[in-house]
Amino acid sequence: MKRTKMKTKWPDKLFVVCNTLFMIAFVVITLYPVLNTVAISFNDGMDAVRGGIHLWPRKFVLKNYETVLHQQNMITGAYISVARTVIGTLLALVANALLAYVVSRKRFLFRSQLSLFWVITMYVNGGLIPVLLVYRSLGLTNSFWVYVIPGMISAFNMLVLRTYMEGLPESLAESAQIDGAGDFTIFSRIISPLCKPVYATVALFVAVGQWNSWFDAMIYNRMRSEYTTLQYELMKLLSSVMQQSGSANSMAAAGQGAATVTPVSVRAAATVVTMLPIICLYPFLQRYFVTGLTIGGVKE
Amino acid sequence: MKRKAKTKAARVPITWKEVKRQKFLIICSLIFVIYGIIFYYVPLGGWIMAFENYKPKTGLLGSKFVGLDKFKFLFSDATFIRVIRNTLAMGVLNLVATFVMAILFAILLNEIRFGFGKKLVQTISYMPHFLSWIIVTGILHDALSNSGIVNELLLNFGFVDRAVNFFANKSFFWPIVAFANVWKETGWNAIIYLAAITSIDPSLYEAAAIDGAGRWAKIKHITLPGIKPTIMILLLMNVGNVLNAGFEVQYLLGNGLVKRVSDTIDIYVLTWGISQNDYSLGTAAGIFKSLVAIILIVVANQIAKRSGEQRLF
Repeated sequence: MKRTKMKTKWPDKLFVVCNTLFMIAFVVITLYPVLNTVAISFNDGMDAVRGGIHLWPRKFVLKNYETVLHQQNMITGAYISVARTVIGTLLALVANALLAYVVSRKRFLFRSQLSLFWVITMYVNGGLIPVLLVYRSLGLTNSFWVYVIPGMISAFNMLVLRTYMEGLPESLAESAQIDGAGDFTIFSRIISPLCKPVYATVALFVAVGQWNSWFDAMIYNRMRSEYTTLQYELMKLLSSVMQQSGSANSMAAAGQGAATVTPVSVRAAATVVTMLPIICLYPFLQRYFVTGLTIGGVKE
Repeated sequence: MKRKAKTKAARVPITWKEVKRQKFLIICSLIFVIYGIIFYYVPLGGWIMAFENYKPKTGLLGSKFVGLDKFKFLFSDATFIRVIRNTLAMGVLNLVATFVMAILFAILLNEIRFGFGKKLVQTISYMPHFLSWIIVTGILHDALSNSGIVNELLLNFGFVDRAVNFFANKSFFWPIVAFANVWKETGWNAIIYLAAITSIDPSLYEAAAIDGAGRWAKIKHITLPGIKPTIMILLLMNVGNVLNAGFEVQYLLGNGLVKRVSDTIDIYVLTWGISQNDYSLGTAAGIFKSLVAIILIVVANQIAKRSGEQRLF
């Protein structure tokens, strides 16, 4: 059907050529800056200042990575980032799934009220400072838990899960109920196994969000270097680069004193370390986020 | 209609027996409501701060009530007015740019007939979405730096005599922010349009082909009208977010030289609230932002209702 044997008219041919060129340009613009950063991360720092490095390092060194991996802050940051991603994703998944289950039960007495209660949170929030004061009074600031507890439930994820659960045949839960199963059993034994694809979607959304966030580390744990995250460390490197932007005499970055590293090259190496896990994983998770987005987009 | 009547009939009356039967659901809801109150509703109580001269020592209830003084100060502050302008301008620019690009990309990608190439381009197109803003701004900073690729191309093709310092020039800042958003989100935002395009009835295209329609005609008369409802609902969902689009890039790429065009409401809140410790003023600015966002959503929803389009609520 796609390849009907018809004579292609010249405007159509022109269209195909232009379209192909557009896609190639799109891919180049998307990939080039990333690959360029990878090349710089493997290049001698002082040499990179001269410019002209594109997709391949000119003076290959591993010094930048050594510098990054020997910094205590980066190592702590890596641990904390992994911990918050794992713990945060697990907690968020369990909480959102349970909430979605409760809201998706048609016979539940307070179904619409509970749903409204959460939908409101999508549109109004206290704002930065009131939120900060609440976290402070709960003792969440200057602690690891500020990364995983406050953002645990999100109305958006709850709606995605609910929509999926409501699409499952009701007779499954009903027959289990007749057999004497309680709600917890129905949730954990019957609904959850069927929700694996949508669980994967939500887990992916939450995990990416956890891995990538930096603002919470900056605001709530600024004074506590033991709770720093990879992204926050990267942000500090970025701002040191921006401040010294353009000046070549910015050696001795990161206290290593080695003549061959500059803030730019160290930052490039740190960037590669930070994005590596995501770049390696996301192509395999495609089908999950594609389904998730389509469910989320057509909510209600 | 039938389905609606059925759910109505199935509504259970609140009786002790029913409450007992649903005790697991009710206990869970209670926990979730307590959690929601603590983390989403209690902070709203903090809005009182905007109407008093909040001092951490005296607390929320003991601080002096000053009425609308903080809001009066805000609107007499030239910086705040400028910050509103920046937020709105960049929000609208980002919204339009990312929308147009995502739709264009989805339609053009759909026209690619070579399956493997299509899949490859799409996979690559999602990638930037998964990178944090820290990484994206860093990469962008490299590309636009004096020795970066953009300056290299401009110099080699003779468009400029010496490297352009993109981050020192005020007129470049808004386009850079818009480009950063387009670069990061085009592929991701296109997913939903591609899904919508797939659900268009293929017989429409076949009929058009028989009538002699070319690719352009098919896009214009079948694809675009086919995804119009999706475009409308996403536009609606995003209008309320216009003011939220103004923090990370601006905070990370902004510097002293471009402050006048880069500062947004969120950055204003951060500077006054956190750095200057004026919690009341920071909260007042935050409230203003929330109110404008809600008004935008309601207005957009009303417009959609009038024109007979889908709406959010």
